[in-house]
Amino acid sequence: MQNPGNKESLIRFIEQKAREIRIDIVKMTAKAGSGHPGGSLSAADIVATLYFGEVLRVKPDEPDWPDRDRFVLSKGHAAPVLYSALAGRGFFPADWLDTLRQLGSPLQGHPDCKKVPGVEVSTGSLGQGLSMAVGMALAGRLDQKDYNVWVLLGDGECQEGQIWEAAMAASHYKLDNLIAIVDHNGLQIDGRVRDVMSIDPIDDKFRAFGWHVFRVDGHRVDILLDVFQQALDIKGKPAVVVADTVKGKGVSFMEGEKDWHGKAPNPGQLEEALKQLQAV
Amino acid sequence: MRTESIRERFGLAMLELGRRYPRVVVVTGDLMYPTQVHHFAQAYPDRFYDVGIAEQNMIGVAAGMATCGKIPFVCSYANFTALRACEQIRNDICYTNLNVKIAGLSSGLTYGVGGPTHQSYEDLATMRSMANMTVVVPADANAAEAAVFAAYEHDGPVFLRLGRGPEPVVYDRDASFTIGRACQLREGQDVSIIANGPMVYEALSAAEHLEKAGIDCRVYDMHTLKPLDLDSLRSAGLETNLIVTVEEHYIIGGLGSAVLEGLNELGVSTPVMRIGIPDLFPIIGPTNELRAHYGLCADNIVRNVKAALSSI
Repeated sequence: MQNPGNKESLIRFIEQKAREIRIDIVKMTAKAGSGHPGGSLSAADIVATLYFGEVLRVKPDEPDWPDRDRFVLSKGHAAPVLYSALAGRGFFPADWLDTLRQLGSPLQGHPDCKKVPGVEVSTGSLGQGLSMAVGMALAGRLDQKDYNVWVLLGDGECQEGQIWEAAMAASHYKLDNLIAIVDHNGLQIDGRVRDVMSIDPIDDKFRAFGWHVFRVDGHRVDILLDVFQQALDIKGKPAVVVADTVKGKGVSFMEGEKDWHGKAPNPGQLEEALKQLQAV
Repeated sequence: MRTESIRERFGLAMLELGRRYPRVVVVTGDLMYPTQVHHFAQAYPDRFYDVGIAEQNMIGVAAGMATCGKIPFVCSYANFTALRACEQIRNDICYTNLNVKIAGLSSGLTYGVGGPTHQSYEDLATMRSMANMTVVVPADANAAEAAVFAAYEHDGPVFLRLGRGPEPVVYDRDASFTIGRACQLREGQDVSIIANGPMVYEALSAAEHLEKAGIDCRVYDMHTLKPLDLDSLRSAGLETNLIVTVEEHYIIGGLGSAVLEGLNELGVSTPVMRIGIPDLFPIIGPTNELRAHYGLCADNIVRNVKAALSSI
């Protein structure tokens, strides 16, 4: 990973990486002819900040390094955003990205940790990643290791009861080595989260479960960099960053449209999307 | 007939396992005392996690710990694991082939008075259908203890189906126990009775009765339901005229089903009679009375073997 120098240039660097991730997301899903661009694009700035903002301590040439920070993509359908970041960091060759969802490809629609270096656990069925992250954080404490466990949740995913079982456990065990991020894009398959089954007030819910809650703009890399550092500084309890995002962010005709949850762009739409993303 | 409590021995085995192997952690869901892992909890409090009444989270936490090199033993009830957290076992553990062991106690009709919410007759069907899963059903307290250590030695997910209260002792404490290899407990030329769990004792009793009637039965303890011991099954099919399976599980999806599938794969067409819990939600009652009510007892095995032989 190149050294971006001072903070301003680090922010520019992450923003550039987020653009590249978005370009990968639309290209990959267009080539595959299916996939989840909306919830991948909404998470691009978050994931770029984690992987390119010197937040996650990982070694691409040693993916099983025991002291690494763990990143759990609990909203597994956003696999393209993770694949792009991992390829960008050199966990696997970038040409794998062209194989998304093809017969026998390691890059499945939902990530398989046995097939993709850098993927910590296999996810896709929503609600299960936070529990596994709790297990990793407990193991780290037991082994007196200083790694942190990061987990990215969807806002719709927070409708799953298991999220709250895990949230209860994380604060019960005072897991300050666990940081959750909610990609709060407001949309799910059937419509707006608030219409389908409201999770509001999500901040108060986590607070009531004993978490330290941050709420930020999930597309402001400078703010994300700061809040992730503040989250690491919280002691004696887990921290959650509720990141307000726009589903489909960066591609005008996808933004805020639930129909882009699980639909690939056609060639014309891809061309338009790339034009917009490359013009930024 | 000497009996010994399955769960008491299980709890002591877990204590010894913890003493020997520092990578072992125990995860439970408010069933520390019913599964008797309070011994482990007292001796190794920092390796013991009671996540409360939250079984889905219980499985996920165990999976997460396994990714970090721990060897979690999830100690709960059979239905609260194999059924309540079925999908978590599949996705979080089996899919990734993680080294998590699940001890499902109170299985079958062993909590007979508790009613169907606390019994399990579907657990073996769900657990054995999952790729990477090994399914073990010990016959008695000695086998349960041996199975705990065998599960530890086995690299990968194991579902250990255990009962609850006292059961007749079948094995000596030093009897060998190898996952995947059935134990032939009795020689015989006419009939093969294949059982597992507490039904092994009933099968042995039935074989003794049948001997008096001039029927020569061999008895297999098919303690590993998956992978099934096809070599033993082939011998049973080729060397005897009738196979009878006996299990404390629905006849759908358990031992009887596995035996039929195995014989089909082997191309062996020996007649099979399945004895198990019928396709209904059972009435309640003390375990042994309830077993007898559904024919999970030596007398009924004897009756069925005689009837089947007369119709072959």
